[in-house]
Amino acid sequence: MATVLKAGARFKSAVCDTQVMVIKAPPGEHTLQCGGTDVIAPAATGGGTLDAALSGETLIGKRYVNADESVELLCTKGGQGTLVLNGTAMEVKQAKQLPSSD
Amino acid sequence: MNIATILDMAAEAFGERIGLVCGGERLSYAELRQRAWNAAAAIKASGARYVALLDVTSPAAPVALFAAAYAGVPYVPLNYRLTKAEINELVARVAPAYLVTSADYAKLVEAHPGVTLVDRAVFMALPDISGEPPIPGDDPREVAVQLFTSGTTGKPKAAILRHENLSSYIFGTVEFAAAEEDDAIVVTVPPYHIAGISAVLSSTYACRRMVQLDGFEAGAWLAACREHHVSNAFLVPTMLQRVVEHLDHRGEAPGLPKLRALAYGGGKMPLSVIQRAMALLPHVDFTNAYGLTETSSTIAVLGPEDHRAAAASSDPAVRRRLGSVGKPGAVEIEIRDDEGRVLGPEEAGLVFVRGPQVSGEYLSLGSQLDAEGWFPTKDRGYLDAEGYLFLDGRSDDVIVRGGENISPGEVEDVLLGHAAIADVAVVAMPDEQWGEGVAAAVVLKPGAAADVAELQAWVKAKLRSSRVPQKIVFKTALPYNETGKVLRRVIRQEFA
Repeated sequence: MATVLKAGARFKSAVCDTQVMVIKAPPGEHTLQCGGTDVIAPAATGGGTLDAALSGETLIGKRYVNADESVELLCTKGGQGTLVLNGTAMEVKQAKQLPSSD
Repeated sequence: MNIATILDMAAEAFGERIGLVCGGERLSYAELRQRAWNAAAAIKASGARYVALLDVTSPAAPVALFAAAYAGVPYVPLNYRLTKAEINELVARVAPAYLVTSADYAKLVEAHPGVTLVDRAVFMALPDISGEPPIPGDDPREVAVQLFTSGTTGKPKAAILRHENLSSYIFGTVEFAAAEEDDAIVVTVPPYHIAGISAVLSSTYACRRMVQLDGFEAGAWLAACREHHVSNAFLVPTMLQRVVEHLDHRGEAPGLPKLRALAYGGGKMPLSVIQRAMALLPHVDFTNAYGLTETSSTIAVLGPEDHRAAAASSDPAVRRRLGSVGKPGAVEIEIRDDEGRVLGPEEAGLVFVRGPQVSGEYLSLGSQLDAEGWFPTKDRGYLDAEGYLFLDGRSDDVIVRGGENISPGEVEDVLLGHAAIADVAVVAMPDEQWGEGVAAAVVLKPGAAADVAELQAWVKAKLRSSRVPQKIVFKTALPYNETGKVLRRVIRQEFA
């Protein structure tokens, strides 16, 4: 199911513990899945089973992007499922970590 | 992008880890979040539109910051060093407010309709919420923090930092859970300073334990670093100078084997101080962080390798970088002249910054960003050929004394209230210890008399001691331009 990804919005996986927050996304509809099933609203009740082929794990604190980095999600809770946006698995974005300044 | 997510993640990943130490008090991330949830419920029940804090650094500061985010209202830490009148003016501007304070400061607050005073101890001992934890709002444009700045003229401006500004800064520059279990950062900056806010957010996101000190004294700071095996620290230049002097004066070894990283910022660092600090602490990584309230903290950093390369180089162009604030972090920086033309390397002008962490916005004044999203920092400076930024003073006249911004107008108003004074201009003067000091040029009324000590005592009785002019000269008249503006740069030359 297509959904609009607005910065600040949160979603969770229906089939694992994964939770994400949208950092940025272009306007328009996207299909965001985790573990093979569409993500759901944080307060919604999940169901279904994790697709073993899409259980590459999503890690807390990592940022996930699509190929052109126009969509960026932050994993706020880790889980077994793989994040898939519009049919393509998302990649971990390499952080530009600065020397600790505060 | 709600900043409460930062605490949620730390509590989720490392709930049992001690996140905060203050005196004998220790709180894990799970406990910190529980206090913030409890406080958020009380804040919501109070109907307040702001959560204010009038107090020194304590665990109540991070709890109030995150509680405000869970409750969906801005957090406004107030400067407890202001005079009673100034404090009450700010309190009136944030009503209806839930104001967390302690006995020392509660007595300064007059009764305001809609202001609920809550003692810090009560705030930290609120009953656990029953039912579901609060769900933080998901609108990134909501205001997370409001900080009152010291403006050049009259009333302090209320700088607005939205959730998207602060979270962009944190998510863009800090690696989640980057800290080791036994890492610790000592936090000495006051809660009302942007560095105090960013210290809480970055430390929590890195899952690095904060050791809070409610004031700064070099000996106590060193003792706290040793006792808590502190690995990271942030100091304003004046504080680092005190630490260096303390060690040199006593001839004692630093005794800080665990200290790995020391960041400094908030004012100009004298070269002699950073050179001496690097010599005393050769194993420590030094970082110069340049930032503003309106940019959610750090926008440029001179990193540890830059420090070492500059200190070791025989090339003057590399050596002088020890006096630079480094390269842009997660933002773009450009230098423009007074007509708005973008300048090239080595050309001094006004510093502009652009990026998601830049708010550049004040309550009632609105956004100060230009059409392309650039914010005028009002700092002057230039970039070298490799993009290192060198600062060259403020384009306006704020005096930055030891990291504290002093508005000349505030001191001038007080001096003009003295019966003998006809005219006055207050300007910055170079000061080895504080970076800048306060100086005044005074014109006496015909036939009136006053001496320097008398005028210094007059200011001290009405303002904080940091506002007292350290040098006062008497003039027959002040220089003005044709539109009636006093020529501060001419007066500044008197004290150079």
